[in-house]
Amino acid sequence: MAAITLENIVKTYQTKKSVITAVDDVSFSVEEGELFGLIGPDGAGKTSLFRVLTTLLLADKGTATVLDYDVVKDFESIRDIVGYMPGRFSLYQDLTVEENLEFFATIFNTTIEENYDLVADIYKQLEPFKTRRAGKLSGGMKQKLALSCALIHKPKILFLDEPTTGVDPVSRKEFWEMLKRLKAQGITILVSTPYMDEAKLCDRIALMQNGKILQINTPQNIVNTYGSNLYAVHSENMFKLLTDLRAFEKTESCFAFGENHHLTLNDEAIGITEIETYLKNSGHTQLTIETIEPGIEDCFMHLMKKNND
Amino acid sequence: MKQLLTFIKKEFRHILRDTRSLLVLLGLPIVQLLIFGFAITNEVRNTSIAILDNSKDEVTQNIITKIESSQYFDIDRTISTSDQIEKAFKTGKIKVAIVFQQNFQEELLHLNKAQVQILADATDPNQATTLTNYLSSILMDYQTELNQQNKLPFTINTEMRMLYNPQLKGAYTSVPGVMGMILLLISTMMTSIAIVKEKEFGTMEILLVSPMKPWLVVLSKVIPYFIISMINVASILILSVLVLELPIQGSLLLLIGITTLYLLCALSLGILISTVTNSQLAAMLISLLGLMLPVVMLSGYAFPIANMPTVLQIISNIVPAKWYIIMVKGVMIKGVGIAGIWKESLVILGMTFFFLLVSVKRFKVRL
Amino acid sequence: MISNEIVIKTDKLTKRFGDFIAVSEISFEVYKGEIFGFLGANGAGKTTAMKMLIGISKPSSGKAQIAGYDVYKQTELVKKNIGYMSQKFSLYEDLTVKENIQLFGGIYGLSDSELESKGNQLITKLNLQNEADKLVGSLPLGWKQKLSFSIAILHSPKIVFLDEPTGGVDPITRRQFWDMIYEASDNGITVFVTTHYMDEAEYCRRVSIMVDGVIKALDSPKNLKEQYKAESMEEVFLMLARKAQRGE
Repeated sequence: MAAITLENIVKTYQTKKSVITAVDDVSFSVEEGELFGLIGPDGAGKTSLFRVLTTLLLADKGTATVLDYDVVKDFESIRDIVGYMPGRFSLYQDLTVEENLEFFATIFNTTIEENYDLVADIYKQLEPFKTRRAGKLSGGMKQKLALSCALIHKPKILFLDEPTTGVDPVSRKEFWEMLKRLKAQGITILVSTPYMDEAKLCDRIALMQNGKILQINTPQNIVNTYGSNLYAVHSENMFKLLTDLRAFEKTESCFAFGENHHLTLNDEAIGITEIETYLKNSGHTQLTIETIEPGIEDCFMHLMKKNND
Repeated sequence: MKQLLTFIKKEFRHILRDTRSLLVLLGLPIVQLLIFGFAITNEVRNTSIAILDNSKDEVTQNIITKIESSQYFDIDRTISTSDQIEKAFKTGKIKVAIVFQQNFQEELLHLNKAQVQILADATDPNQATTLTNYLSSILMDYQTELNQQNKLPFTINTEMRMLYNPQLKGAYTSVPGVMGMILLLISTMMTSIAIVKEKEFGTMEILLVSPMKPWLVVLSKVIPYFIISMINVASILILSVLVLELPIQGSLLLLIGITTLYLLCALSLGILISTVTNSQLAAMLISLLGLMLPVVMLSGYAFPIANMPTVLQIISNIVPAKWYIIMVKGVMIKGVGIAGIWKESLVILGMTFFFLLVSVKRFKVRL
Repeated sequence: MISNEIVIKTDKLTKRFGDFIAVSEISFEVYKGEIFGFLGANGAGKTTAMKMLIGISKPSSGKAQIAGYDVYKQTELVKKNIGYMSQKFSLYEDLTVKENIQLFGGIYGLSDSELESKGNQLITKLNLQNEADKLVGSLPLGWKQKLSFSIAILHSPKIVFLDEPTGGVDPITRRQFWDMIYEASDNGITVFVTTHYMDEAEYCRRVSIMVDGVIKALDSPKNLKEQYKAESMEEVFLMLARKAQRGE
C-alpha cells in the first residue's frame, strides 16, 4: 500500500485582484518507509501540498489519500495518526521544553515515557535545557524540539514542512542524520526543503516550482537524465570568466557554482579543448576545465529553464 | 526637511491603504459624536409615572393634567393601587410615582396646606433626583398659579421618598454597571484573543492535526476565563458590600446564577469573535470598539437608556450588558426574585444560544 | 576593482550583555570593492557584530571605523554612507515599486532629478517597467530581493551590508542576485554579506567565520580550504562550527 497518494491535486487562492495557483495538477505517491523530499524554492507550492495532505486545506480538484484514508472524508482518522511539523516550528514559546513535549504527548493520548526510545536520540541534546522556555532556544534547538513533539506519539507518517529553513548548516546536517535513523525504524517521512543539497539525502524527490512538478525520481536517476555534458570551469579571474563564458557563442548556460562555474554547451560536437582555446584567447590563466556529474541544483536549474521557455 | 516630507507621504499611503484602520480613524469620531450628542442628556423625557390619587378632586385633576402635558412624563394609567405601584417599581416599569392624600382639595382650601408624596426609584440616584426635581417644579408652578388668585397662600407639602437607595449612593448604579462591563471585557475580549493567538502563532495547525476535538480546544480556552471572571465577581461583590456598603437585598444565589448566565453569554460572544478574525490585534479591536463602546454608552451604565432617542434604545437591546445590569440592579438593590427577572434571563439565554450556533457554524475544522 | 583603501576597520570590537559576551574583541579590515563573506552559526554573534557595524548598536568596547567614520561619534554619518538589506525586512509591501524607490531615495538624500534618473535606470535594468506601479507585496520573492538590493545601493554607498539576502529564493534567481553583487563590487561598492549557503562563500574574496563570539578564521576561500585540508567551504565551516560551545 502506498503510504501517500496524490492525484491531480489543484489548489488556488483568491487575493484581492487575482487568483494564484499554488498547486497545479500534482500527482505522485510515496511508499511506506520512504524518505521522500519535496524540493523547491518559496512559492513552489510545498506548504499548500502539505496542508492538503494533513487535511488542513481542501484542494479545489483532485484526490489524495494518507495510509488509504481519504483526506476529505476520513480526515479525522488521518489526524489521529500523523506527525506534523509545520513551518516556523510551531511550539508554545512560553512553555518549557519539557512542558511542550508533555502537552503534545497528552493531546495524542500518550505519555513521554511510552515512546521515549523514539525521541531519545534527539531529546538527549535537549535535556540540558529541559526547563528553558521554548522561545529562548536557538533555531537549531527549536527544530529538534519541534521534531520530538511531532514524533512523541509514534506516528506512522511524518510530515515535515521546511524543517531546516533558517537553521545553520551544522544543525541542518545533524537533523538529516536524525531523519535517516527514523527512516530506519520504518517511519514514512515526507519532508520539504528549499536547499538543493539536502535532496540527495532522500530516497526519492519531487522537484517543484510554481505549483508544478518538474520531475520525480531518485536523486541519482534525476542526475542521470540531465541530458547534456556539464563542465566545471575555474580560472584566476572568476568574474571575468563568467562574462566571457556567457559571451561564448557555444554556451547554452553558464552559472556560478561556488568554486567553479558550471557550463553547458549548445553544440555536442564541442569539448574541453575548444573551451580552453577560447578562454586562453580571452586572457585567462590558471584554467581548469573538467567534466562533472551534475548535482540536483544543476538539474533543477536545467528543468527550470526548460519549463520557463 | 525633505526627509520629513518623504516620510509623511509614506505614512499617509500606509494609512489610506489600510481600509480597516481608515474606517476606525474617520468613522469612529462621527459615530461617537452622534451617540454622545444624542445619548448624553440628563434631561429626562417620557418617563413612566404612576399616580395614586386618593382624593380624585378638581385640584388633583388639574395637577395631573399639568403633569401629563409636560413632556417629561407619561402617565401609566394601569397602575392605581399601592400594591401595583410597589410591584411596578420592582420590575422597573415606573421610575417615579406621586401620591395625593385623601381630601386634597378640601384641606388645601380650608387648612391652606395639603400633602403630596413623591416616590422615586433611586437605584440611579441622578435620575431620581432629576425626576423629583421636575415634579417639584411642576407642583411649585401650580402652587404659584393658585396663589395668584387668592389672598391667602396655599402650600403643597411634598414628601420625597427615595426608594431602595435613600442615601442616593452613586455606587448603586455604578457597581452593577462595572460588573457588566468588566465581565464582558474580560470574558469576551480575552477569550477571543486566547483562541486567535493559536491561529497567529501557527500552533492551531498542529492542534487541528491531532486527535483533539476542536471544541475541546475551545473549551480549554473558555474555562480559565470563566473561573477568573467568577473570582472577579466575588471580589467586586465583597468590596461593594464591605467598603461601599452596598446591600444585597435579594438572594445571593440568584445573583450568582444570573452572573453565570451572563458570563456564558460573554464567553460565547468571545468564541464568535474568534471565528471572525485571524489576528489578536483585530480581536482586541473588535472587542474594544465593537463592545466596550456600545456597552459603556448603551447599556444604561453611564447614561439612562430612557433618555436616548428611540433608535439607540432599540440598538441597546442587543447589548447583553444592558439586560444583565437590569437584573443585577433588581436582585441586588431592589431584592427582586426570579419572577422579576425571568424575561431578561430569557433574552440573555437566547443571545447565548445564538452566539454559540453561529460560532459552531463558522468554526473551521480546517485552516 | 579592489583597491588598497580600507573601508571597514575594527579593533577589538566587543559587545557585552551583562555577563554574556556576545562578540569578543574582533579585529579585521575590509578593502574597497571587496566582496566579504561574514559567516557563522546561529548564536555565534554574527548578527550582533553586524548591528554594531551598521551603527544601530553601540559597542561595549573596542574601535570601529566604517567608510572612514567612527561608529561611536559619527553614527549618523555611518548610516548615511552605507546601504542595508536583510531578509526579514527590505521594502514596504503596501507601497508600489516606484514609491519605494522614491521613499528610500528621499531618505538617503538624493535630489529629485537624481532620483528620477536613477529610479528609471533601476526599473529598466530589472525589467520592472510593467510592475512599476504595482504594490511590492504582489511581486514574487525573487523580484523583491533584487529590487531591494538595487534600492539599497541607489545612493551609491561605499559599503552595502547584506544579511542573508538569498534565503528561500530559487537557484537561478539566487545567481542573478550574485551577478548584481559582482557588478556592484566592480563599481567600487564594498559588499559585506552573511549567508547560510556555503557555495556563496566561494564567491567572496575573503571570508570570516565566527564561532562563540570570536573570529576563528579569516582568509580567502582557497587558503582556508588548503589550511583545513577541506574540499569545500562547507567542510571548513562544519569543522570550525562543530567545535562550538554555544550550540543552544
